[in-house]
Amino acid sequence: MSAFGEPLVEVEDLVTHFPIREGLLGRQVAAVHAVDGVTFSVREGETLGLVGESGCGKSTLGRTIVRLLEPTSGDVRFQGRSIAHLRARELRPLRREMQMVFQDPYASLNPRKRIGSIIASPMKIHGAADARERRRRVQDLLDVVGLSPEHYNRYPHEFSGGQRQRIGVARALALRPKLVVADEPVSALDVSIQSQMLNLLEDLQEEFHLTYIFIAHDLGVVRHVSDRIAVIYLGKLVELSPAAELYERPIMPYTEALLSAVPIPDPDLSDQRERIVLQGDVPSPIDPPPGCRFHPRCRYRTDVCAAVEPPLVDYGGGHLAACHHPLGVDDETLARVRRAAPLTDAASRASP
Amino acid sequence: MAPPPPPLLEVRDLKVSFNTEDGVVRAVDGVSFTLGQGEVLGIVGESGSGKSVTMMSVLRLINDPNAVFEGEVLYKGRNVMDLPEDRMREVRGGEIAMIFQDPMTSLNPVYRVADQIAEAILTHRAIGKAAARTRAVDLLRQVGISQPERRADDFPHQFSGGMRQRAMIAMALANDPDILIADEPTTALDVTIQAQILDLIARLKDEFASAVILITHDLGVVAGIADRIGVMYAGRLVEFGGKRDLFYDPQHPYTWGLLGSIPRLDRPKQDRLHSIAGMPPSLIDPPAGCRFRPRCPHAFDRCETEPALEVRGGGARHLDRCWLDPESKRAVRDRTIRGESAAA
Repeated sequence: MSAFGEPLVEVEDLVTHFPIREGLLGRQVAAVHAVDGVTFSVREGETLGLVGESGCGKSTLGRTIVRLLEPTSGDVRFQGRSIAHLRARELRPLRREMQMVFQDPYASLNPRKRIGSIIASPMKIHGAADARERRRRVQDLLDVVGLSPEHYNRYPHEFSGGQRQRIGVARALALRPKLVVADEPVSALDVSIQSQMLNLLEDLQEEFHLTYIFIAHDLGVVRHVSDRIAVIYLGKLVELSPAAELYERPIMPYTEALLSAVPIPDPDLSDQRERIVLQGDVPSPIDPPPGCRFHPRCRYRTDVCAAVEPPLVDYGGGHLAACHHPLGVDDETLARVRRAAPLTDAASRASP
Repeated sequence: MAPPPPPLLEVRDLKVSFNTEDGVVRAVDGVSFTLGQGEVLGIVGESGSGKSVTMMSVLRLINDPNAVFEGEVLYKGRNVMDLPEDRMREVRGGEIAMIFQDPMTSLNPVYRVADQIAEAILTHRAIGKAAARTRAVDLLRQVGISQPERRADDFPHQFSGGMRQRAMIAMALANDPDILIADEPTTALDVTIQAQILDLIARLKDEFASAVILITHDLGVVAGIADRIGVMYAGRLVEFGGKRDLFYDPQHPYTWGLLGSIPRLDRPKQDRLHSIAGMPPSLIDPPAGCRFRPRCPHAFDRCETEPALEVRGGGARHLDRCWLDPESKRAVRDRTIRGESAAA
């Protein structure tokens, strides 16, 4: 990863739980373990893809990183500074640096505002420029995202889904942020429009030196845009790897199953390849399974998987995975990894 | 000599338009195809291409007073368009069943799952309530719901998205329909659940001997399961042929564009994705001639008149609407799919 700069975002043992309250006094009876101890960092100029099934906590993770949510514990550092528990006022100057693009281009634009005012609003809030300068910048932004400056006075309903998503991107770029968290930015779009959008996001990254956290469930899309990919399952980071490596050599059986489930637009390849059809659904994040959270659906599971949570270990080359039965790892690497991260502590706690 | 039996379903020059304040929207504009016994037909297209309106018209599910229908929908040789409503009700759900994209909104939230399936059975069969319930539980088992006796009395909100889609499929299969129309059945689901549902549809097709029409925007979904595929654009079929024809010898530049737009896991990562320039046209005032012309990188003079859907450069049963001669198609096709020949 030498091509990228300093770490821009560092996430350390991040936990975001949503309390479930009951009764008159609102006593907390349980919690949704949306994000449950996730650690990684993103370097400047890099694109980190976050993938996982719906309900795995990838959106909550993204929202916690930009502090739309406050973490339950753990830390988020932005340019080295901890922002996990900053107050709203202290956060405000940082908001310029990190922006978000949302999934639903219909719900994320105020239908009663004109496009110009939607894109200008971040600048207005932050007092970034006077009215004339704002107008000029908005017109520049419209041009940058492939819309016409004449669209300035139009309303959102006059635009198609793809165009609306471009407006959302223009708004996110208005303050020249360093980090953009894009939460499923193309999943609501048709394939031909989706590819236009992905190309645009790539161009913008280069032009504005952006760092992306790209949340998506489509593994094809994620491979296309990401430098590294983090696979999330039930609030846990289960695999983190350079993008190409993840697809060639998944270590975690969950990743293997996810990849094999992606339909391939080629009838012969589609017939030939082995598809691993996972049984059942993702378990509830209120009461996640003990040990490895994936074990009830895993075809390689053994007793240890239900008893001991596997640590996230480095298999070399920046490829990390949390699994007791890593795939495609030779004995030598396995021995080295096991020495470096012995299970004894967790194992002794788990066995009676 | 007896004439050959008619196809199970034949749609002839179907046109559906909606009168709106802004003008007449020609949502479906002359669609024809046939469906044989036990066949899986994939209909691929983007939003607004008319694929759902076509299939909803087959079942006469559109009761918008501003809708105007033309053409014929022949089911076992009889025109569905002329059937009286009470006979139509027997066809709908009994002989042709449909499942929809969103399993959240297609089930009634205030009724138990088994009761909803039983209702579908009781509507079409003269059997007792107890027998209908037994069949409902049986169907839930067949579509892979574990502990169906217990889950039968759940309400839809107690089911996950994948389970709800299974329940919808169980309901659709309740009366052993001849045709199952599935409108984007996996679009709202995760890939792992999508794989389960597609497996289920493929298995049930054999067990129930139903023909299936699968509407999707995802070419990957039909690559596995379909026998023949139709590609729709702006209210028309632009290409129609066997699955292998479509994937290995695609004839229409729009099909190439679709194939090229997908970031594919089975190929090395591309630097740039091919994208089809522009947007689908307005259906109120579609471009004259070939409707794909304004977005087509290979358009030329002749495209100002519209080509008919017929056999051109492809195999014997491979139809398309493109004027390019087969030679020049072959020359530009792979480059277009790979994204090297970008539109202006």
